[in-house]
Amino acid sequence: MRLNRRSFLQLTALAGGGLALDLYRSPLTAAQGPGKPPDLTPQAFIHISKDGVVTIMARASESGQGMRNMLPMLIAEELDVDWKDVRVQQAELNEKIYGPQFSGGSANTPTGWEPMRRVGAAGRQLLITAAAQTWSVPGSECTTQHGRVLHAASGRSAGYGELASTAAALPAPVLSSVKLKDPKDYCIIGHSQPGVDTHAIVTGKPIFGIDVELPGMMYAAVEKAPVFAGKVKSANIDQIKSLPGVRHVLVIDGGITPAAYTPWEPGMEPGIAIVADNWWQAQQARDQLVVDWDLGTAATQSSEGFKKRAEELLQAQPANTLRKYGDVDGALQSSAKVVDAIYQYPFLAHVTLEPQGATAHWKDGKLEMWSTSTLPVDGRGLVARTLGIQESDITTRMVRSGGSFGRRLQNDYLVEAAWIARRVDAPVKLLWSREDDIAHDPFRPGGTVGLKGGLDARAKLTVWRHHLVTFGDDKHSTSGGGIGQDTYPAGFVPAYALYTSQQPLTLRTGALRAPGDNAYCWVSQSFLDEMAHAAGRDPLEFQLELLSNKQAPWSSGAHDPIGDHEPTGQSVLIPERFRGVLELVAEKSGWAHRPKTPGRGMGIAAWFCHLGYFAEVADVSVDKSNQVTVHQIWAAGDVGSQIINPAAAENIAYGGIIEGMSHLGQEITLVDGRVQQSNFHNHPLIRMRQAPKIDVYWRKTDYAPTGLGEPTLPPTLPAVTNAIFAATGKRIRTLPLKRSGFSWA
Amino acid sequence: MGDERITTIEGLSPDGLHPVQVAWEALDVPQCGYCQSGQIMSAASLLQRTPNPTDADIDAALSGNLCRCGTYTRIRQAIREAAEAASRPK
Repeated sequence: MRLNRRSFLQLTALAGGGLALDLYRSPLTAAQGPGKPPDLTPQAFIHISKDGVVTIMARASESGQGMRNMLPMLIAEELDVDWKDVRVQQAELNEKIYGPQFSGGSANTPTGWEPMRRVGAAGRQLLITAAAQTWSVPGSECTTQHGRVLHAASGRSAGYGELASTAAALPAPVLSSVKLKDPKDYCIIGHSQPGVDTHAIVTGKPIFGIDVELPGMMYAAVEKAPVFAGKVKSANIDQIKSLPGVRHVLVIDGGITPAAYTPWEPGMEPGIAIVADNWWQAQQARDQLVVDWDLGTAATQSSEGFKKRAEELLQAQPANTLRKYGDVDGALQSSAKVVDAIYQYPFLAHVTLEPQGATAHWKDGKLEMWSTSTLPVDGRGLVARTLGIQESDITTRMVRSGGSFGRRLQNDYLVEAAWIARRVDAPVKLLWSREDDIAHDPFRPGGTVGLKGGLDARAKLTVWRHHLVTFGDDKHSTSGGGIGQDTYPAGFVPAYALYTSQQPLTLRTGALRAPGDNAYCWVSQSFLDEMAHAAGRDPLEFQLELLSNKQAPWSSGAHDPIGDHEPTGQSVLIPERFRGVLELVAEKSGWAHRPKTPGRGMGIAAWFCHLGYFAEVADVSVDKSNQVTVHQIWAAGDVGSQIINPAAAENIAYGGIIEGMSHLGQEITLVDGRVQQSNFHNHPLIRMRQAPKIDVYWRKTDYAPTGLGEPTLPPTLPAVTNAIFAATGKRIRTLPLKRSGFSWA
Repeated sequence: MGDERITTIEGLSPDGLHPVQVAWEALDVPQCGYCQSGQIMSAASLLQRTPNPTDADIDAALSGNLCRCGTYTRIRQAIREAAEAASRPK
């Protein structure tokens, strides 16, 4: 299904590992049709009742990243109300009045920072104007304080509640013209606010997608082929229809054409949907299914096959040159020392704790759906096109989800629920089991990297040759499998080449937290650590020297056209900020006097992605059986001038770090096209007893605030594996840990 | 389960004021929240048996509850805070 160009641009920004802010050319304006786009208005976002209760709309979906707090906090600050008087409501899906309504790419902070504050300030201005009109005084003589307008000269004041209906009827100010607070006057921004849903969560309220309940609701489970996009040839449909509680058995022909490149939304996967009175009955009925599948070409794929083909491609000429400057071959030939390495990392599944699913109700030619999607506008469009209905006939309710991590950017579960609902006479809740969720995840693709680095006689890094073998066809890298041409250390090494080659993949992939970077940083920061040790130098000092060495322009200038390629032109890396977090984490971790004990070691790594800079140090022990204990991780982060909600910021920083550790122990493998992993026993998460002490430090710099969902994750992996090297002298070049002979204690 | 009494999250307190719930809110433990009912019940159960748990006690009691978002650091802090609050003279 072709997406409209604007949403596709948004998606490629998210999937490729970078954020191109200019895609959101006018964050102060609402989504477009023809003609002049309207400004966002305070009336759309703010409702104040007569007794002064302030309801603020959260325009983006919430999956645990704190968007239902952060965006309303920005509005509330400039509106000048007390946070305790604020109630947060999830906005309806309407980009024409709310602007972009998606959660991904750590984008909500950088794209919300200006417009949400300005919406709040515009609201404050309307309330002042309302008071000024009511009192017949100049607005310039009025001030506000915690939800009241004051006119000092006459001693008059009024609460916002009294003025609200007058204010709401006034024309909204032009957002670019409103006056914003001086940050030194902030009462809300920069001060921890409790999560708006925390009380509901700790009292077990049913607030997740899976909790949606409607009268007369039926439950659906979908059986799919053991390999991607396998089709139904025949099945014992009539027998299944006769089973207890089963109301409908529907064959999904699906819309996927298997190919070497599998797009972001490849169409519906074929399968058999069983709709029953309860989900247990639907699942029981699935066990009775006997299906003759046409497995198709996906069944010929295996991890072993991918590995072999990658090794062949590494020996051959690279297919694509993403960036090249300096005399790479000459520099390698004249190097005093060359390090040659092959790095390998696996496919990964998102494993959000709440499995995928959605609830939908088709009635009287209209569809209502309860969605956990983090890209709901695209989801609505995809549903409309798949069902052949108008978007205006669809009502989308955004519901909190139990985690996304990039999974819910794709809308397959939503389309599936809508497709089923269209064919039955009642609301239907589609639920995927944990096994379904892993088998049909849009995986983080695996990759193989051939690296060559050279040192000169003074032990300086002079050349870096990087060949990434990923998946796709000759025009596209699979989603999440590419990397931007300007990714560090491009521009810093005197001679540099970044190449890619692709092998076919008939499997759906997608964006896992920090796509591209979540693998690339591990490879790159591990190899840099190798080069430092080959040079006999401290890895921190080696990297600081590299950062002082601007060798080439940030970008080659020859950007790939935006379309089906990975995006280029990521925002420019500022060396002072990268150096700043490295120095801060070194100071806090005591890096300079780290002990040298056999079996115990510290590793350091840093990265810039999604506009944020993070450096981490890990302290690990490795025992005689190569079991790894991570004692402590220090993280230093620079996401600009403000940490908007410090308690939430720290929490999500911990989250990225713990997830980074989990990645080290996970893999998705294929045999005959079948995903071998099925649950948390073979795609494990870090547990309480493995969780290290984590300390997060913020380095505030004079840049607009940026997001935290992703940038803490990438450096965790190399910090830990570099620490393992320091402890044991063993370099890990293949993940997961067990494939290099290590395991978590 | 036969004749066993089973307490679920809704039964932990009538008003969300069990010491574990209070500590959880004070420290803003949840991220997505999906695992938190289980974490809270395991924590409450731990504190009922072991009012002053060590780190090893916490690890043993909570390692059966997965958190995908990685709130373990906060969970541990909240358990310690709840234990301390419960042991303070009323």
